[in-house]
Amino acid sequence: MFVSNSIIMIKFKNISSITALAFLVISFTACTNEKKLPIYGQREAKIVKGADGTERVDTVYQTIPAFRFLNQDSTYITQYMFKGKIYVADFFFTSCTTICPTMHRNLKTVYEQYKGNPDILFLSHTIDFKYDKPSVLKKYAQKLGVDGPKWQFVYGSKDEVYNLAEKSYLTVVKEDSTATDGYIHQGWLVLIDKEKRMRGAYDGTKTEEVEKLKKDIVTLLAEEKK
Amino acid sequence: MRKTLLFVVFFITVCCMIYSCQNAGEIEQAKYMTGGKDLYTANCQNCHGANGEGLGELAPPLTDTTFLKENKVKLACIIKNGSSEGVVINGKSYQGKMPAFSKLHDIDVAQLVVYITNSFSNKQGMYTYEQVAKDLENCK
Repeated sequence: MFVSNSIIMIKFKNISSITALAFLVISFTACTNEKKLPIYGQREAKIVKGADGTERVDTVYQTIPAFRFLNQDSTYITQYMFKGKIYVADFFFTSCTTICPTMHRNLKTVYEQYKGNPDILFLSHTIDFKYDKPSVLKKYAQKLGVDGPKWQFVYGSKDEVYNLAEKSYLTVVKEDSTATDGYIHQGWLVLIDKEKRMRGAYDGTKTEEVEKLKKDIVTLLAEEKK
Repeated sequence: MRKTLLFVVFFITVCCMIYSCQNAGEIEQAKYMTGGKDLYTANCQNCHGANGEGLGELAPPLTDTTFLKENKVKLACIIKNGSSEGVVINGKSYQGKMPAFSKLHDIDVAQLVVYITNSFSNKQGMYTYEQVAKDLENCK
């Protein structure tokens, strides 16, 4: 495209070709300016029938499946709590002394920023199914200073939580007696949109990635408003 | 005349010696500070924060000068063996558990203590690794 344009420019060397090129460049940059976050996970093509009976191909994206966990108030919460909401999910455990404090220190800054926005929620899953019962999670939330419905801390069985982490949130979690606190896990902060699709993953231990998460939340909010 | 001249030269030499001695001490402390900063970033910062601000009620701040001063002899024990005692700082109670950093050598502990007690508005001066060995003997 650009090559042919420059050839034109050489050939004619007149103002109109330069203007044409300028227009082209502007239109290209305009395209990239309309930012949209990528959609992660597997996808498949599905043939759907429209209302008028015509068939068309639709893309089906990977979504977070239904779940049911006990939260810090010992009540069950399900995916309905996150219906029509953007949320940030992560995996941690309360006795973790390595990456979790940093992750939650950083995530708390996001939480503080969106305190007044009911469209954004936070969901932290514990991977310590032995010790992190709801009462422990409650204490942790209070000590972190984020005790309220906006940031949910949930407890579930090992199978449920570990499956959800690896298959849906694409986060590695593992029991390992040789690791510092008995578990290995990744510190991703995963951004989920209103259609339960994964739109971003950010290393919660790095402030620059958390800054990107903040920017991407703004982009996603703008995108969802349309 | 010669006597006074000699005396002046002698006096200046002595002054220089004392001054350079002080400088050597300062250089030593600066070395401890740099080492301590790296150790702090690697081991402590995740809970206690880059500026010693702590984390909610999960981890106490290191900005309180009185606590660090009064408990200076205990710091080596707390770092090396951890603590589940809990602390009260500025009237606020912190009941979280501090993990043990048993892998740290005496020199590492000394550098950390020097860094912590000379940062975040603390200024307590030098703390040697010989002192660490002594303080560790008195751990509970």
